[in-house]
Amino acid sequence: MTEVLRVEHLSKHFGAIKAVDDVNFSLKQGELLAMIGPNGAGKSTCFNMMMGQLKPTSGAVFLRGENITRLAPRVIWRKGVGRTFQITATYQSMTVVENVQVALMSHNHRIFSFRPYAHKLFRDQALGFLETVGMQDQADRHAAVLAYGDLKRLELAIALCHEPDLLLMDEPTAGMAPKERLALMQLTASIVRDRGISVLFTEHDMDVVFGHAHRIMVLNRGRLIAEGTAAEIRNNTHVQEVYLGGGQLYKKSEEGSINA
Amino acid sequence: MKLVMTTIGLIAGALIGFGAANAASAESIKIGEINHYKRMAAFAEPYKNGIELALEEINGSGGVLGKDLEFIFRDDQGDPGEAIKIAEELMTRDGTVMLAGSILSHVGLALSSLAAEKKYVYLASEPLADALVWESGNAYTFRLRTSTYMQAAMLAGAAAKTGATRWATIAPNYAYGKDAVKAFKEALMAINPNVEFVTEQWPALFKIDAGAEVQAIERAKPDAIFNVTFGGDLAKFVREGNTRGLFEGRAVFSLLSGEPEYLDPLKDEAPEGWVVTGYPWYDFTEGPNKVFVDAYMARWNERPGIGSLVGYMSVQTIAALIEKAGSTDTEALRVAFADLMVSTPVGEIKFRSQDHQATMGAFVGKTALRDGAGVMVDWEYLEGADYLPSDEEVAKRRGGN
Amino acid sequence: MGLFIAQLLTGLANAGALFMVASGLSLIFGVTRIVNFAHGSFYMLGAFVGYSLLQILPGMVGFWVAMLLAAIVVGVIGVVVELLVLRPIYRAPELFQLVATFGVILVIQDLALMIWGAEDMLGPRAPGLKGVIRIMGEPVPTYDIALIVITPFVALALWYLITKTRVGILVRAATQDREMVSALGVNQTWLFTGVFFLGAALAGLGGAIQLPKGGADLMMDFNILASIFVVVVIGGMGSLPGAYLAAVLISVLNVFGVTYIPQSTLVLMFVVMAVVLMIRPYGLFGREEVAGEHGQVGEVERPFKPAGLNARLMVAAFLFVLALVPFYGSTFSMVLITDVVIFCLFAASLHFILGVGGLVSFGHAAFFGGGAYVAALIVTYSETPMEFALMLAPVGAAMAAVIIGWLCIRLTGVYFAMLTMAFAQLLWSLVYQWGAFTGGDDGLVNIWPSDWLNDTTVYYYLTLIVGVGGILLLRHAAHSPFGYGLRAARDSARQAEAMGIHTKRVQWAAFTFAGAMAGVAGGLFVFSKGSIFPSELEIARSFDALIVVFLGGVKTLSGGVVGGAALETVKDFLTRFEYWRMALGLLIIGVVILAPEGIVGSLRKARESFGRINRPEGEV
Repeated sequence: MTEVLRVEHLSKHFGAIKAVDDVNFSLKQGELLAMIGPNGAGKSTCFNMMMGQLKPTSGAVFLRGENITRLAPRVIWRKGVGRTFQITATYQSMTVVENVQVALMSHNHRIFSFRPYAHKLFRDQALGFLETVGMQDQADRHAAVLAYGDLKRLELAIALCHEPDLLLMDEPTAGMAPKERLALMQLTASIVRDRGISVLFTEHDMDVVFGHAHRIMVLNRGRLIAEGTAAEIRNNTHVQEVYLGGGQLYKKSEEGSINA
Repeated sequence: MKLVMTTIGLIAGALIGFGAANAASAESIKIGEINHYKRMAAFAEPYKNGIELALEEINGSGGVLGKDLEFIFRDDQGDPGEAIKIAEELMTRDGTVMLAGSILSHVGLALSSLAAEKKYVYLASEPLADALVWESGNAYTFRLRTSTYMQAAMLAGAAAKTGATRWATIAPNYAYGKDAVKAFKEALMAINPNVEFVTEQWPALFKIDAGAEVQAIERAKPDAIFNVTFGGDLAKFVREGNTRGLFEGRAVFSLLSGEPEYLDPLKDEAPEGWVVTGYPWYDFTEGPNKVFVDAYMARWNERPGIGSLVGYMSVQTIAALIEKAGSTDTEALRVAFADLMVSTPVGEIKFRSQDHQATMGAFVGKTALRDGAGVMVDWEYLEGADYLPSDEEVAKRRGGN
Repeated sequence: MGLFIAQLLTGLANAGALFMVASGLSLIFGVTRIVNFAHGSFYMLGAFVGYSLLQILPGMVGFWVAMLLAAIVVGVIGVVVELLVLRPIYRAPELFQLVATFGVILVIQDLALMIWGAEDMLGPRAPGLKGVIRIMGEPVPTYDIALIVITPFVALALWYLITKTRVGILVRAATQDREMVSALGVNQTWLFTGVFFLGAALAGLGGAIQLPKGGADLMMDFNILASIFVVVVIGGMGSLPGAYLAAVLISVLNVFGVTYIPQSTLVLMFVVMAVVLMIRPYGLFGREEVAGEHGQVGEVERPFKPAGLNARLMVAAFLFVLALVPFYGSTFSMVLITDVVIFCLFAASLHFILGVGGLVSFGHAAFFGGGAYVAALIVTYSETPMEFALMLAPVGAAMAAVIIGWLCIRLTGVYFAMLTMAFAQLLWSLVYQWGAFTGGDDGLVNIWPSDWLNDTTVYYYLTLIVGVGGILLLRHAAHSPFGYGLRAARDSARQAEAMGIHTKRVQWAAFTFAGAMAGVAGGLFVFSKGSIFPSELEIARSFDALIVVFLGGVKTLSGGVVGGAALETVKDFLTRFEYWRMALGLLIIGVVILAPEGIVGSLRKARESFGRINRPEGEV
């Protein structure tokens, strides 16, 4: 399998604080890679550096061998990287389908077009993406009135618009009900399968992580402390130590114990 | 969306009604008077009172051409664009035969330009800008009041007699101030080529930083000062100048500062010994000036300002004009304006045919304190006709207009 | 050397009143997020009230008591304004309150005229402080010294109040996070009222304390407005030390400007401001977060829909009625409608960047007046045909917008608003003080259309076609992919950037486009009036457009046009009455309180509650 993303010696220091410290990993095509760690471990900082929102102190990010460190988010997006946000970001003044249409307009370089009517542009295509995430019946609703889980799904649809081969999802299921979480991750997994997209995601819900990730990385205090399959991570004593301190890994979730 | 349309529909309905209210009564001759009644109330009110007094007198003795003269007063907020709109309304809807008014020069210039374009006769009663009759002068605009150039030239004549050679000027940084300084310098240097202007100060209009201005003038150590600031700026300048001793041992010549509108607010802090142009209404003992002042005070129970006089004279001018033209037709009025003679409280004045400037003069005198208020003493009335440039010069400045 | 020090002292003394007024504005903005246009009116009231009090309170003690009383009286007036006008509308859309404060300006202007009359009042001198002392031979008024001493004490007292007392800590907390403060159980409404009292009292004190150096007149309110906005912005919104430093900086620079560049003192202030903001975008002591999230966003905008068939038919019918005006209306009705259409185009262009783009510009007059001046200058200085000059008006305005936009777009929120105002003022001061080229305040006259267009009726049709065309073009743009990109940048710049949209570039293009359309309006304006003056570039002109956009409804597509038409028509009617400013002011305040969504927004709501159009889901 070809390598899609490679991160080398990535570091971000805020003064004396090393939010991210010498992180190295890579991601293969079609892989579903989870990044976990306690709060403040540096997951979001890592994400923001990969997407260009933050400039790393040192280190580099390679997309299919091309160095994309320090490029602007919109440039990285054009290279085929999609992302969803921890706190959803959608266009509240538009309808659901229009949110997707804007992404398609951008993808097709039509943003600077003055030809009305934009609401007819790429509508069928956008409906197709909504169907993929199961939101076609809500296409003409006002985005401002959507339930939180639906917003997450809408973001996923938006992220799929430009046929990315890499998807970065920052806590895709945060704030969702347990059933929704499972559904969303199953959806994501099936998209990865069908389209051959690689996904890197962070997650707090261990059911989601251990249930779906092909491989798991554990970040603690800015450093990568473990990497491996679900079974390997579960049996890693270092990880247990960290999480016992954090008190999270073995905390029972609503659905019961961790199942692989 | 629909209801936006409803709103639009309502407005449309209102617009359709527009054409209807158009009936103008034929009993009186109407004059459109546009001024800054709100923005420059301290000047516009005495002016309006002067007009109303004259109207009562004229209509009381039979009006003009057998009809009453009537003024329609409109407020332009001091905005030239608004003044243009009102002028059009007055001329096309309200049935006025000509336009008058404005104190601010830029509004006067805007109205003058409209007058030439739409062929309305416009009597620029109060604006002072020289451009109004010269560089931007036109066939339809006539100006009553003693212009900036004339008043500055009058002061320059007196200034030459002091023998002072090092001069400082201070004037608001806009057209009136610039015109005044230019005219004063020209006129003074024509009489005495040895004078030197050691500093020119240009505070922004109504934003004077008086302390700083006084320091800047003091720094240049002039013998004499020519002042054009007025209103609140003048008050601040006088106070800082007095406090810091700027005026000690220096001759000061000051434009308009003797006009009651500007002198009265200074109360007991009015400067003493400045040579100014103004209006000494309190000192008339006889003649038409006295008659006007008495009539005005009887009618309004307050002192007249220079604006009152100009307002009064505006009505006299218009009455004389219509009598001379024998009709209210624009062309007839325009032609009749050339060399029109009008008898006024300050004497007989003439609207010159070469530049449409009236020969109204100005009172020049020295300021003094009397009963805790500023007044002019040792004043004389100077004829405007004597302080205008030569006909060749006028023709040159008026150019192709 | 002596003179240098004397000049420095003059500058420091002048900074006193400026600091007091500006710190009040800064405080009010910091806590309530209200841009208080009426702050200059409080300053004016301070001067008038102080003047009246000085007539009854004699002696040195009387003088200082009068100063304090004037501050308290104006503070109470501020509270009245806050309670009656602003409190009912705190939940209205962001920045909507500034419309109400504009209404307050108008009301106070007429009230002051009624109470104190039209004549300027020269302030009495301070007893005991009438003379000068000599410092290195240079006379320095003792009252100046008093001001130099008092001002830091006022500043220190404020600083103590803000940093050391419980109330002050709440005020500071509210400046940073209002939700947090109300979560802590603090009664936010009374905190707002208190801050309004303090801010207004400071402005009143500033007005009273300058009396011995000047006086009271009816133009003080607008005259100080630009300076205090400049001070607040240079210092940093909400920062007291910043306001003090900026007041000193501006005043001292001005004193030296008077000596060395006496013709360009106005330009100087705005150049300083522009330079400071380019180096430190949030002012000397400002912080970014203060400018960012405003914490009082109202209801979310509705999705746009292109007009339906009925609406289109009605617009067509309305245009048809307008097209027939020359056949049944008077000449004046054409003149009036010409004015209204031009103004509507101007307002619609502002609405495009403000409503659709979310960029609140306080300096849109730069492009209206700029376009007008471009056309007028071209006609004045070259033999260019009028038709061509009219076409160049938007080009010139667009060029100005490209430059100003490039410098301003980096900023957001109120800093963006202030910087646009600074550039508009810079343009105004250039035009005003560069008389040799622009005619200064005598303007440019005799700018009339070509003969074939000069007839009122023909020009009416030209305005109708170009103006309505421009408005429709702006509407089309809102419905185009570009309009969607612009809304995307407004709704969530983060998401838009993450989907390949260069948000700043989109906003820059929109700013330029709106500038060009304002330029079209300006071009039409100058040829309809035949002359142009710097007043078309003034703050007041920018405010006009801002007011109508908010009045019409920011969050509706037709808000600008409807607001513009409504205000112009009402104004034309009201100015026939003596106290029209008060009537207009009260009307504006009334509309603001009764219809906080703007005219269009509130009408839409009213209809929805009658059930005549479908209520959007999710609404109660």
